[in-house]
Order: sequence, then C-alpha cells, then structure tokens
Amino acid sequence: MRRSYNPWLVLLLLITVCFTLATWLSPRFNARQQGRSDSFMALLLGDSRRLFANHLFVKADEYFHSGFYPSIFDNQESFQTPHMAADAGALKEKNSGEETEFMGKPRDFIEEFSRNFIPSRHTHLDEGGAEGKAGDLGEAANGDVREILPWLQMSAEMDPSRVETYMVTAYWLRRKMGKVDEAEEFLRQGLRANPGNASLLFELGRIYKEDRKDPNHARNVWELGVHRLDSKSSHSEQDDFIMSQLTLYLARLEEEQGNLKQSLAWLERLKQYSAQPQTVQKQIEEMRQKVAHPETATNASRTIPSAETN
Amino acid sequence: MSQSDTIGGATFLAGAVNAPPRPSALRNVLAMAGVVVKEMYRRKDFYVLLIITIVITCLMGSVRFFHDDRIVRYLKENCLLLIWGASLAIAISTVARQLPAEKENRTIFPLLAKPVSRRQVVMGKFLGCWIACGIALVCFYAFFGIICLTRERHWPLVTYFQAATLHWFALAVVIAMALLGSLVFAAPSSNGTICIVVVIGILLVGRHLNQVALRLSEPLRSITYGIYYAMPHLEIFNARDLVIHDWPPIGWKYFAIANAYALAYAGLLLGAACLIFRRKPLN
Repeated sequence: MRRSYNPWLVLLLLITVCFTLATWLSPRFNARQQGRSDSFMALLLGDSRRLFANHLFVKADEYFHSGFYPSIFDNQESFQTPHMAADAGALKEKNSGEETEFMGKPRDFIEEFSRNFIPSRHTHLDEGGAEGKAGDLGEAANGDVREILPWLQMSAEMDPSRVETYMVTAYWLRRKMGKVDEAEEFLRQGLRANPGNASLLFELGRIYKEDRKDPNHARNVWELGVHRLDSKSSHSEQDDFIMSQLTLYLARLEEEQGNLKQSLAWLERLKQYSAQPQTVQKQIEEMRQKVAHPETATNASRTIPSAETN
Repeated sequence: MSQSDTIGGATFLAGAVNAPPRPSALRNVLAMAGVVVKEMYRRKDFYVLLIITIVITCLMGSVRFFHDDRIVRYLKENCLLLIWGASLAIAISTVARQLPAEKENRTIFPLLAKPVSRRQVVMGKFLGCWIACGIALVCFYAFFGIICLTRERHWPLVTYFQAATLHWFALAVVIAMALLGSLVFAAPSSNGTICIVVVIGILLVGRHLNQVALRLSEPLRSITYGIYYAMPHLEIFNARDLVIHDWPPIGWKYFAIANAYALAYAGLLLGAACLIFRRKPLN
C-alpha cells in the first residue's frame, strides 16, 4: 500500500530544521567573526597568515645570527627555540646540541668549497655580529640588534595573536636599544589584540620594574597576570613557564620591598611550576628563617638571585 | 674560418662578391656582441625592471620601524633579491630569443654570409648577452650601493665588488645554458621557462642535494649524487648573505676559483651549443 505525504507537513518540517540549524550556527558564526582580526592581511591571507608570521619570526632569528642559520635540511636540534626568544625569556628553551655544529663536517669537496661563500660562524647580533665587534653592544655602541625588528613587526601584523612576537620585540627594544616607550607601546598593541594575556602582562611588568622603576605598578600587573593564569581551566607548558616567571619576579620584588611573608608565599607557588624545585625549596627555607628572624635580613644577602644572575 | 662552417648559399654569395679581406674571428664576435648590447638598451625590459626595482626598494625604504632610520638589512635583502630576479629575467629573456629570432626573421642567412662561422655566431651572441647583463648589473649594483650608503655609515666596497662579480659570472653559466636551450627546445618560451625553473631549483636546493641524496636508497642515491656533481653550482655565486649581514670579504683564492669554475662551465655549455648549431639545419 502506498503511503501519501502531506506536502505542507514536509514544508513545515524543513522550515523547522532550517530554524534549528540557524539558531545553532548563528552564535558560532558570530563568535568566529569576533575572534577574527579585521586587518587587511587577515582578509587577504586567511589563516595561512599564521604560517607567514612564523616564517617571519624565524627570519628575525636568522638575522639575529647574521644569516648563520640551519635550513630544513640541516640538524635543527640546537635551534628548536629561537635564540632571540630564549635570550629574551619569552619562550622556554628546548635547544640541545652544539649550536655551532649544525652543518656537520663537509660531505664532499663541493660542500667544503661552497662554505667559503656563506656565513659559517655562530654569532649573535648583540654580541658583536658578523663583524665581530667586541663587548656587549647596546644602542650606544652601534649594536645591530635593530635589524631583527622589521621582521618581528611584520610577524606581529601577520598574526596579532602570536604573543611571543610582542615579548621578544619589547625585550630587545628596551634592553639593547633603550626604546622603552616604543617597547611599551608595542606591548600595549599586543594586549589590545590579546586582552589580559599573562605573558604580555609579565613583560609589561618588567618594563615598569626595570625601566620605569615603578615596583607598585609592576606588582599590580604581575598579580593580574597570575590571576589570569589561575582563572584558566587548563595550562600549557608555556603557561607554566610564564607562571614560574611571574611568581619568581613577584617573590624577588617582594623581597626587595621588605615584604618577606609575601615573598615566601610567592616562592611556595613558584615551587609548583619551577624546573628546579630543589633550588626553590632551599630558597623557601632561607626565606622562612628570615621571616622568623627579620632583624638578620639585609638587602645585601638576598635569598632570590637577581634577574641578571638567574 | 672554415668554409664548412657557413651554409652553402651564404658561402657562395660571399665568394661571388669581391669582398675586402676577412675580418678576424675576434672582430666578428665583438661586432655581433655589440649588436646584442645595442639591442638590449633599445628594448624596454631592462628599464622597466630597473624602475620596478627602484620603486619597490624606495617604497620599502620609506617604511620606518620603531622610529629607527638606521635599519637597513631587510632593505638590502629585498633589493638584492629584486636584482637577482631582474638579472635572471633579463639574461634568459635576452638570450632565449637570439637565435630563434634570427631564424624566424631569416637574418641568420645574411649573417652567416658575411662570412661569419656558426661558432662565431654562438660566441658573439653569448658575449653580447653577457656584456649586456654586466652593464645592467653595474646599474643595479650602483643603485644598491647608493641605497646602502644612505642608511649605513660604512661602504664595504670589496664585498660589493665580489658579490657583483660572482653574480656576473653566474650569469655567464645561465646565458650559456639558455643559449644551448635555444638550440634544443622548439620555442623561446619553453626554453625560458625551463631555464628559469632549473636555475631557481639550483639556487634553492643545489647546496643541499648531497644531503638529500644520502637519505635516499640506491639507485636513487647514486643518480641524485651524480646530478649534484654534474650540475653547475650556481648557489656558490649567491653571496647575498655575506653582503646583507656585513660579513668579511671572501678569500681572493676562493673567489678566483669560483670564477674559473663558472667560465669552465660556460665554456662546456657553449661547446655543446656550437656542436649542436654546427649540425642544425636552418630552414
């Protein structure tokens, strides 16, 4: 027996399905649109801009080494984390092996000969670069670290959500070029693209502490960073690294300010995230003794080493 | 000059006219080279590419990063990349159409009736294109030097000279390759495309082909290693990184060996071109 369908019922069913689908899709679509940057690059390149941003970031590290850099064919063990980012404390270093030996020994006479025509010595721009200038070269000594900046800025424009680009740029701007205002402005640009990002707050706090000499402002920014990380449901390896940095810097700041109990509290939090918990435990015990006998604690005998010696 | 080098009709014409004493082979080659050079500066390719290079470089140079007007290496890199691209385009496009155009316009017959031997035609075309590329490189590198001087406080002339010379000698190999290709491939367009692909391939992976070969299994390993040894290593002549990052000049011994290597390779390719052209029917 043949079953007959009422066309109105079918139409009603289709309308219901469409309405349900629309209510399901609409909020997702809106969220996706809000998450996207409105920049020209985002429109032009779509998500492929992240690849270009990564390439430009690596390009900056290649400039940091004056062109002495492994290709995809070479051993990259010692360049897994860009050195300019590791030196800036923006990324947890994962490099291993000898960074000067990625080429290995020449395999034949052509390769041996061709090495006379390419950069073949490991150098960093802030340590003299290819010209072998001696000493620690900041802006005053005509350091060439500035040469990495165009690639970093272009990388940030390509992918504004790439946080380490802002951190690395800000670090080199303020530490080697004395451009504190530009560093702060660039970090704030990063914070506008990544509101409340703990890594950027950490770097901003360093500007307040180390360059502006404003410990109270630095404390507020760092504590906000810790709060942001605490409110995250899951932590990546990089989050744990930034948390360890934030708690370390807060502990150090509080010790400098004479707030030993606060410093002890931050050290105890640091122990959870530190790669060297035994060292932190030792510092905790020293700090406990200081808290118990505050009259013996002096500025000269710091429990937590300063940033330069850390 | 042997009579067998010229085609029959042209030889007959040359013999029929009571011609003045034959010019030397070198004079023939130089005269032909002069024509090719004149052709280059009458055409618009070179001017267009030079202007494009200047405009793009100046536009990039007008960008300021973090209020610092001494950042220069990104500009040097992009300018040198444009110069390499423009020089390859000029070299390959100029040389790829030389012999096919002579054949198509049938001017090859009076040319060979001068009498000019086929070997001299090949050598004249090569020399003309190479000199024309040299003149173009002088203009491009002069612009590059001016750009660097406006931003940098020093001017490493020795490094610039070495980079430009190596570049010019690399073009000798490219020109010889394209000249050979113009005798092998049917059309200038296919020759130009193949030459561009081969040259870019060598520049990008030539240095690493031995590493690739070592990761392959036999017989691919031997074949790849064979290609690695046989191909012209143009990447050696790409000293851009040394210029961009202010590395010290290359040792003069290595510089001379590299240029000799380029000349030897160009000579081999030209020899092959002469052999093919000698036996090639022109109609």
